[in-house]
Amino acid sequence: MAEAPLLELRGITKRFPGVLANDKVNFDLRSGEVHALLGENGAGKSTLMNILYGLYTPDEGQILLRGEPIELGSTKAAIEHGIGMVHQHFMLIPVMTVAENIVLATEPRHAGVLLDYDAARKRVRELSERYGLLVEPDARVDRITVGQQQRVEILKALFRGAEILILDEPTAVLTPQEAKELFEILRSLKSQGKSIIFISHKLNEVLEIADRVTTLRRGVVVDTIPASGATEEGLARMMVGREVLLRVDKEPAKPTDPLLVVEHLHVLDDRGLEAVRDLSLTVRGGEILGIAGVDANGQSELIDAVAGLRPVKSGRIAVDGRDVTHERAKVTLDAGLGHIPEDRHRRGLVLPFSLSENLALHAYRKPPMSIRGFLNLRAMLARARRLLKEFDVRGGTPATPAAALSGGNQQKVVLAREIDGDPKVLIAAQPTRGLDVGAIEFVHRRLIEQRDAGRAILLVSLELEEILSLSDRILVIYEGRIVGEFPPTATEEELGFAMTGGRRDEVAA
Amino acid sequence: MSDEHRVSTDFELARSQDDVAQAPLEGGVPPSPSMTFASRVSGVSGILAPVLTTILAFLVGGLVIALTGKNPIKVYHAIWLGTGLNWFFEVGSYSARIPFTTAHMWFPWNTSSIAAQNLQQTLLLTTPIILTGLAVAFPFRCGLFNIGGQGQYLVGTIFAVWVGSSFVDLNPFLHVMLVLVVATFAGALYAGIAGILKATVGAHEVITTIMLNWIAVWVGAYLFGQGGPLQGSQPSIPISNDIADGAKLPVFWGLKLLQGLSIGIFIAIAMLVVYWIVINRTSLGYEVRAVGFNPEAARYSGISVARNYFLAMAIAGAFAGLGGALDITGWKYNIGESDIHASTIGFIGLAAALLGRNTALGVGLASLLFAALFNGTSGRQLDPSIFPPDLAGNLTTIIQGLVILFVGLNLGGLWLWLKRRRTAS
Repeated sequence: MAEAPLLELRGITKRFPGVLANDKVNFDLRSGEVHALLGENGAGKSTLMNILYGLYTPDEGQILLRGEPIELGSTKAAIEHGIGMVHQHFMLIPVMTVAENIVLATEPRHAGVLLDYDAARKRVRELSERYGLLVEPDARVDRITVGQQQRVEILKALFRGAEILILDEPTAVLTPQEAKELFEILRSLKSQGKSIIFISHKLNEVLEIADRVTTLRRGVVVDTIPASGATEEGLARMMVGREVLLRVDKEPAKPTDPLLVVEHLHVLDDRGLEAVRDLSLTVRGGEILGIAGVDANGQSELIDAVAGLRPVKSGRIAVDGRDVTHERAKVTLDAGLGHIPEDRHRRGLVLPFSLSENLALHAYRKPPMSIRGFLNLRAMLARARRLLKEFDVRGGTPATPAAALSGGNQQKVVLAREIDGDPKVLIAAQPTRGLDVGAIEFVHRRLIEQRDAGRAILLVSLELEEILSLSDRILVIYEGRIVGEFPPTATEEELGFAMTGGRRDEVAA
Repeated sequence: MSDEHRVSTDFELARSQDDVAQAPLEGGVPPSPSMTFASRVSGVSGILAPVLTTILAFLVGGLVIALTGKNPIKVYHAIWLGTGLNWFFEVGSYSARIPFTTAHMWFPWNTSSIAAQNLQQTLLLTTPIILTGLAVAFPFRCGLFNIGGQGQYLVGTIFAVWVGSSFVDLNPFLHVMLVLVVATFAGALYAGIAGILKATVGAHEVITTIMLNWIAVWVGAYLFGQGGPLQGSQPSIPISNDIADGAKLPVFWGLKLLQGLSIGIFIAIAMLVVYWIVINRTSLGYEVRAVGFNPEAARYSGISVARNYFLAMAIAGAFAGLGGALDITGWKYNIGESDIHASTIGFIGLAAALLGRNTALGVGLASLLFAALFNGTSGRQLDPSIFPPDLAGNLTTIIQGLVILFVGLNLGGLWLWLKRRRTAS
C-alpha cells in the first residue's frame, strides 16, 4: 500500500422509505486529486455527498479521514474536519458584499461585537490572491455574475479551512467560458494540494478535469477508473447500463410555412424592467429553431409572452396565422400551441394529481374528456393508458400521482400531453433539464420526430450541446435581443462569445 | 436549512403514496413549490389521522374532567346519553307513525323516547354544521381559506327571515323554496365579494372574510335590534317576527312545537353528495382542484385562476347561506339580536371541515361529531348531578379547540418527525 487515501467512505448505505439511495458505496479521495462522481439523476450522488457534508446520517458504513474513522453529525462537524461544499444552488446572502458573505459566521470583530470590515476585506483579498480566485470584496453579491458568485462560494469554503472541496454540478449554471475559468481554478487549487470531489452528469467535463471517475448507478458503485483512457461512450454505458446514442441522428429539415411569427416584441419582467427588447423570429413547420443564451437573458419572458402567460408590451405574436398577441393562454393553446414548460414541477404538472388527470390538463374541457361539464373518467383513463404506453412512461399507472414518478418519466408525461394535443407550434423550454442520459435521448428523438411530422419547434435551452445537436437554425439571445443567427455547424466558442454580448464579426476578426 | 426541509418533504411524499403502485423513487422526490398547504392537509394519509386526533382530544378532555374531580368515564357516558346517539343501540319492537301520514308501521326503534328527542336535536344542529363545513371545504380545495362561513350563514338567516316573513299569502311550497333560493344566492353574493377582491386585486381571503363576518354581525344586529327595520311587532323585544307557516320546512320526526327534526337534514346530506360530485366528477371541480394544488400549472393550462377563486368563494357562500336558511325554516323561525352575537355555527363548521379533511364523508361525520358534542354537553341534556352543565359547555370548547390544535399540528407529521429524531440520534 503506497499511501492511505485522504478520505475514504466504506460501505455507506442510506435508505429512504421505499428507496435504497446508497447501497454499500465505497469511495476514496487521494490527496491533491480531482475525483469525479458521475451518475444519472437519482443515482445517489447527492445523497452520498450530503452524508459526507454531515447533512444525512448513513444507516451503515464508515467515513475515514486520513485513516481515522470520524463521525459527521452536522455540517459544522464536516467543516471542522476540513470538508467544504459548494452547492448547486448557492447559499449566499444577495444583499451583502462578497467579503461579508465569505467571512459570515466566523467574521473578525471589533471588541467582539461589531464586524471588523477592513480586516474581513484584507483576509478575503489575501485568500483570493493565494488561490487565483479573483473577486471584488466590496461588490454586492446580487450585482456580480453567477460565475463570480460561484467563486465566492469556493472562497467561503476555503476561508473555513476546507482541504476537501465538494462541488455539486458546478457547471450547470455557467457559460462555456465561465466553465473553462472554473476548470483553471480547480487545477490551481489542485496544484496547491486541495482535493476535490466533482459531481456531474456531463461526460466531456468529467473527462477534461478529473483524475479518476467513480460511476454510481441506482445507488451502487459501478466502477472507479482513471479518467485517462476513458471515453464518453464508455462512461455513458457505465452510467446508464446500456449503449446510448450520444449524437442525434436526423435528416436535413424540410421547412414549410411560417407557423410561429414574432415581430418586434417587447415584454417586461416581474420587476417591470424590459426583459425582451424588439425581438423578432419566425419558426417554420418542419424545423427546429434553437435559442441559445445564458440564463436570465429574456428567454423565460419570451416563452411566457408567446404562451399567453405574460402581457405583451408591444409587438405581435401569431400562431398558425392567428394573432394571439394579447390573448389569454387558453386562446393561444386553442390556436395550436404546445408548450413543454421549463419547470415541470412549477408549471408542467399538478404533482398531487394522478397521471390520468395530468394528461387531461388541456383536453379536459372538450368531449370526449368531458361532456356538458361532467368529466368522462373512462375516456380520461383510456387516453392515459394509451399515452403512458406510447411514451414508455415507467413506474406508474394512470392512478399514480405525478409526484411519484422520476424526473425523466414526469417529463415524458408532459411531452405526451403536449404532443397528443396535436399542436402546430411546439415550445420546448429546457426540455431535458435535470434528466439523465437515457431520458435525454428519448426526448431528443421525440422532438426530431415531431419536427419531421411538420410541426414548428421553438427550442430554448441553456445547454449548448443540446441546441447544437437539435436545431436547424440557432438564434443567440442576449439581454432580451437576438444578437446573431448561426447554422447548426457553428462551434460552441462562436455561440458562447455571442451569448456574452460579443458580435459575430468580432469573432471572425 | 433547506436540505433539512427537503428530507421531511421526501418522507411525506413517500408516505402518501403507500397505497398506490409504488415506483422506486429516485433518491427522494425533490421538494416542489407546488406542494401547497392545501395539498398537504388534504393529502391521502387516510382516515387514521382524524380518528387519532379525535381520540386524543377526548383523552385530554378526560384529563381536564379528572382535574375537576369528576369521573371522566361517567361524564362521557352522560354526554353520550345527551347526544341521543344511544338511540341507535336501543333496538326493540315499536310502532312508528309514517312521516306526513296517519298510518303506523312496525319499526325496530322507539321514535318517541327521550333518546329519540335528543337525537333530533343533534341532527338539527348537524344540518347547519355540514353546510358551513362545506363552505370551508370547497374553497379549501381551490387553495382558499374561507373564515367567513359565519358571516355567510348570518346573511342566509337574515334573508330567510326577511323573505319568510314577507309574502305570507304565497303557496307554501313556493314560499319555502323561495326562502331557500334567495338565502342561498345572498350567501353566494356575500362570499363572492371576498372572491372578487381575491381575484382582482389579490386581497387575502382570510382578511376580507373576517371583515365581512363583522359586517354581517352588525348589520344583523341593526336589522333585528331595538328599532331596527326587521324587528318584530312586539316593541322593546329585539327579535324578528316568526316566518309564515308556509315558509317553514316540514317536520318529519317529532313535533314542530318541540323542535322536531325537519327535512333540512336531508337537504344537507344531499349537499354533501352534490359537493362530492362537483369536486370529483365535473370539469369545474377539476379546475378548482388544479388551482388549489398548483395555480401556476393551472394558469399554464389555460384555466382562469381568478374565475375559479371567485366561483369557489361564491359556491362556499351558497352552502353557508343555505345553512342559515335551513336553520330559520327548519326550527328557529325567527332571529333575535342576541342570537346573532351568540352564534358560532360558522366556526364549528370550520372545525368540522378541518377534522373531516375537506372530503364529503369526512365533513359529514365530523359535523355529526361536533353537533353531538355540543348537544350532549348542553345544559338541557347533561345530567347536572354528574357534571355541572355550566362547565360542560367549556368542555365542548376545550375538545373543539384541541381537535383544531391537533389537526393543525398534523399528528402524522409529528409522529414521523419524532421517529426520525430517534433514528438520527
